Amino acid sequence: MLEAIVFYTLAAFVLGFGVLVITARNTVHSVLFLVANFLCVAVMYVALAAEFLAVIQVLVYAGGIVVLYLFVVMLVNLKAIPEAHMDPRRRSRLGFIVASAILLEVSAILVYAARRADAMPLPAGGGDGTPMTGNTEIVGWLLYTDYLIPFELASMLLLVAMIGAIILARREA
Amino acid sequence: MHLHGTALWTLHPALCTLHYPMIETYVIPLLKILVLLNAVLVAVTYMVLLERKVIAWVQVRLGPMRVGPHGVLQPIADAIKLLLKEDITPARADRFVFTLAPIVSMVPALIAFAVIPFDSEITLFGYRIALFVADVNVGLLYIVAATSISVYGIILAGYASNSKFPLLAGLRASAQLISYEIAITMILVSIVATAGTLSMVGIVKAQLEAGVWYAFIQPVAFVTLFIGGLAETNRAPFDLPEAEQELTGGFHTEYSGMRFALFFLAEYANMIVVSAVATTLFLGGWLRPFPNVEALSFLGFVPGWMWFLLKTFVFLYVFIWIRATLPRYRYDQLMRLGWKVLIPLALANLVVTGIVKVLL
Repeated sequence: MLEAIVFYTLAAFVLGFGVLVITARNTVHSVLFLVANFLCVAVMYVALAAEFLAVIQVLVYAGGIVVLYLFVVMLVNLKAIPEAHMDPRRRSRLGFIVASAILLEVSAILVYAARRADAMPLPAGGGDGTPMTGNTEIVGWLLYTDYLIPFELASMLLLVAMIGAIILARREA
Repeated sequence: MHLHGTALWTLHPALCTLHYPMIETYVIPLLKILVLLNAVLVAVTYMVLLERKVIAWVQVRLGPMRVGPHGVLQPIADAIKLLLKEDITPARADRFVFTLAPIVSMVPALIAFAVIPFDSEITLFGYRIALFVADVNVGLLYIVAATSISVYGIILAGYASNSKFPLLAGLRASAQLISYEIAITMILVSIVATAGTLSMVGIVKAQLEAGVWYAFIQPVAFVTLFIGGLAETNRAPFDLPEAEQELTGGFHTEYSGMRFALFFLAEYANMIVVSAVATTLFLGGWLRPFPNVEALSFLGFVPGWMWFLLKTFVFLYVFIWIRATLPRYRYDQLMRLGWKVLIPLALANLVVTGIVKVLL
């Protein structure tokens, strides 16, 4: 009962802040509503007993990525919303098509997940008897054994992105 | 067990909880939070006086002496002055963000105290109270997350002032903060690897088991964390973003009165958080010096929380001492130090820690 109240309140906040992100007039306010959205999602993760994910959400997403968004927004410093050049009817038609495509995708995922209700059980023992007592240990263990290749690929991707950014921003001497 | 009306509590005070199970779950944590918040706010206010006095003594003068005996009431005078100052908001500034920025600066510094353990357990009026508000099993990450939220306060302050100098200073300060955050997080990872747990209480208990403070096992990490902590809190010699001689006062140029006081207090609260974290991670938290040496067990008459406060105070004193002594870093020197010196050092420390953990 209490869980339902907490969940629905949080969900209302998340959705409310999400709507405010796209309807705010001022871009910096939009970014701040995005931060509030992420913080509410982090609280949701705590309610799901995924405390490691909650803290990482705040640390990386809200505290790192959105800070960089804010840098860009402040330096670009738009005072007025840029005017739209497209025909408004065509724009709303395109919007409707894209939104329904995303809705179809999300419902497909939900149906698929509900069918596969027998999810993979977590390795409780960790293979060689390492005691797994919490979120962090289990995530760490899985990341470095079962999901090592995606992990290494992701770090390679980040390295490429960093090198690309440095090269693009470098001034020709 | 419903024992209302019986006088069972006269047999042993701890049996009070049988009458009122509410007390243990609701009242005690609430009291802990109240006491902690008040203590932190008073400590932060008197840090101002401590800093002025210590810097004065380093410079062979006396500091505030007029208000109260030896200037003890000076922070109260300062608080009254700041409360009564005119509250100016710059023209065409974003009012909502302008008011939000000092709040976003102060709140993360205060909530980080929730996981800092002052002592393991004391007995008070028959209740066994653990002297920390919460023992989260990702406690250390929680503190890092809180400090990464406080970066917003500086960026928003610079932006909301609607003026070039604070904007540039705010961007500089936040770039400095996010750069040093990386080095600090890597140091924390090597401490977590040594202790085997992310929980703050767990790290102190691991030091108790190892029998020696981690400052002796990980000296490089200790020094790097301290330097990173200096940079994270915008303290000298890394205080370029807020120095009066640079950029006319940095990101808080347009702030006056209570909002400025909040920024000031947020900086000192951050200092206390960094000192408390360094104490917990490296100086054994509430453990007495040399916890494994039996001969010194007579030092056990000093309660754990007193050791904790003493060690935190030593760190705070060193913060102020460094401010009084060292000249300021230029911004490019500062960034070079963060990226080219501290991050490789932290990485090397992590690699060596990993090797030692696997081989030993």
